[in-house]
Amino acid sequence: MHNSEHYSEDVKIPMGPQHPSLKEPESFLISLRGEKITASSVRLGYNHRGIEKACEDRTYTQGLYLIERICGICSHSHSTCFSQAVEEIAGVEIPARAKYLRTLIGELERIHSHLLWLGVAGHEIGFDTLLMYTWRDREVVMDLLAALTGNRVNYGINTIGGVRRDISSKQKEEVLKGVAILETQTKYYIDLAKNETTLLKRLQGVGVLSHEDAVRLDAVGPTARACGVKRDVRKDDPYAAYAELDFKVISVNSCDVYGRTLVRLGELMESYSLIRQIISKIPEGAIAVKLPRKIPAGQAVSRYEAPRGEDLHYVRANGTEKPDRVKVRAPTLANIQSVSKMLEDRYLADMPIVIAAIDPCFSCTDRLIAIRDSRNKEKNTVTWETIRLKGIEWYKGQGIDFKSLNKKLTESF
Amino acid sequence: MLKALFHILIFPGLGFLFVFGFFVEYADRKLYARFQNRIGPPWFQPLADFIKLISKEEVIPEEADSTVFKLMPVFAITASAAAILYIPTLGERSVFAFSGDVIVVLYLLTIPTFTYFLGGWYSRSVYSMIGAVRSLTQLFAYEVPLFLCILAAALLADTWSLSGMVVFYSHHLGYWFCNIIGFGVALICLLGKLEKVPFDIPEAETEIVAGSFTEYNGKLLAFIRMSFNIEMVAGASLLAAVFLPFGLHLPAAVMFLFYLVQIIFIVAVISFLRSLFARVRLDQMINFCWKYLAPLAFLQVLFNLILKVVLPR
Repeated sequence: MHNSEHYSEDVKIPMGPQHPSLKEPESFLISLRGEKITASSVRLGYNHRGIEKACEDRTYTQGLYLIERICGICSHSHSTCFSQAVEEIAGVEIPARAKYLRTLIGELERIHSHLLWLGVAGHEIGFDTLLMYTWRDREVVMDLLAALTGNRVNYGINTIGGVRRDISSKQKEEVLKGVAILETQTKYYIDLAKNETTLLKRLQGVGVLSHEDAVRLDAVGPTARACGVKRDVRKDDPYAAYAELDFKVISVNSCDVYGRTLVRLGELMESYSLIRQIISKIPEGAIAVKLPRKIPAGQAVSRYEAPRGEDLHYVRANGTEKPDRVKVRAPTLANIQSVSKMLEDRYLADMPIVIAAIDPCFSCTDRLIAIRDSRNKEKNTVTWETIRLKGIEWYKGQGIDFKSLNKKLTESF
Repeated sequence: MLKALFHILIFPGLGFLFVFGFFVEYADRKLYARFQNRIGPPWFQPLADFIKLISKEEVIPEEADSTVFKLMPVFAITASAAAILYIPTLGERSVFAFSGDVIVVLYLLTIPTFTYFLGGWYSRSVYSMIGAVRSLTQLFAYEVPLFLCILAAALLADTWSLSGMVVFYSHHLGYWFCNIIGFGVALICLLGKLEKVPFDIPEAETEIVAGSFTEYNGKLLAFIRMSFNIEMVAGASLLAAVFLPFGLHLPAAVMFLFYLVQIIFIVAVISFLRSLFARVRLDQMINFCWKYLAPLAFLQVLFNLILKVVLPR
């Protein structure tokens, strides 16, 4: 090839921070040779909201509502995880009925999250019909959540020491009815996922993450379970009512995106059985205990199996009514490391589905780490202008030049 | 002269194509929505979209070659609108029929894809350039089977003129049924030509934003969308003329109605197909076209060659 030098030049294309395949701003810069991906890099940090720090200025109850807003999909996971930690520090055991209600909402949330994911996955591979169907069915579970808690997204049902709303016998029947509808639909989707040719062609063998890599890169949730790593906090370290309920941990060994789809579909079926058990077993009694405003000094780590994987909260109390430190490790932060591995030697067309397959939630993930020089007591202040110039330099390094744009901007002002 | 102008501007030229193009877009979107369990747009939605886009500000990227960028949508419309003049719409004869017009029509229907390539390439945006290369790569996959299918039908009819083919198949009604494989293959190829799911690889939204058309906006985007509508009408008309029983010796008005029904039928099949599948990858698409579609098209050619010897004239 006489112009081999020309061929060796890879095209760099930015996927994000703004891109139709991403639902939240996040930057993936990939190098392409033809349709093949030769290198990829992930850059987080477009969604930082400072929630951890803000919690330190709020009482525990106020913080609970802020924590719930970390994620729009797994809001119940975060609030349960946080209240579990606080309850552990306070040394309070919540009533059994509250535990069952938390589990019920948690499983309904898992159903809504997995159905949402299935639709998004369909959209990423251009299968919009699947998106429309799953999101239509998702409305059933959204209505159930709204009926039980009063809200569709941020349920606000948790409180420190229990839950805020009880379930009536009429609502129990409604839940069972909704679950029956969803079960027939999910069976249809499982059948679809096993038989639809174009779906299989787009999912099988794509985004492979070996068992060893999944363990090494610390993948969690369905991403890990699709690689044969049987990790599930609900089984390994039961919280709420899971110890008294009977369910299987779904895992497959195919290690690809198809496996992740099957795991999620299987988990949907498990969730339906779990909800039926909860409805039949739920004990009578109080739904909450009262906690003092001031939580005694201490610290606790709480784990929760969110729809996307293990969610981890650390809370340190200092004896006042406000926490000393709150640390959240959302499941996406654990899974995002493996994306670069999964993208190795894949095509550009696989990129959206591989990223979507970990079910990323970037706004849960973004954290700020400030590194301060301990000898130099002065704070290093960065002005807006310095950040702007740094950004321009960074993009220049990636081969994107804003010079002409800048000139135009200065001329117009 | 006046008659020719009428044909080019009013019927079956631009005027008719604009109106029918809107209707076809509406039918496609509505049916696609119904297949997906959605309500779908109201009947005037395509027209409303067009008016909205026309009234928008036009932004041309500084890096782009503005002449090519502006010209390509116009070329795309012109080429597909020109093709319809050689396809029978009102009665058995097209307005400018001559022996060999099949080749001209196929050629004219290939031009829009090239304009999408050039428009995308000269937009100078990474997404557009990838989309442009993809649309050209895809062209080489679906074009050959499509040509072979039309060739097979032409062989059986023993003519190189579309009008001749319509006349032949209307006199030998049983024969059109022999081309059923070719019709199926050509329909799938048409999906590729119109860049519809599962072959919407060049404008895969979740990968490369809008492919070749990423940088297009305002009037130019309106023209591109219009050119897709017209291409859909022209492509469906071509398939209808070649593969569906067309001229049935009926009065002109009834024949025209029959033609409209056929086009809607083909559009309905296309919307049905595109609601069934996921988007395939480029390599899978090329594999599929050369492994399955091309051999099937060859089979049709072979079949028709044998038929030609066996069947009575």
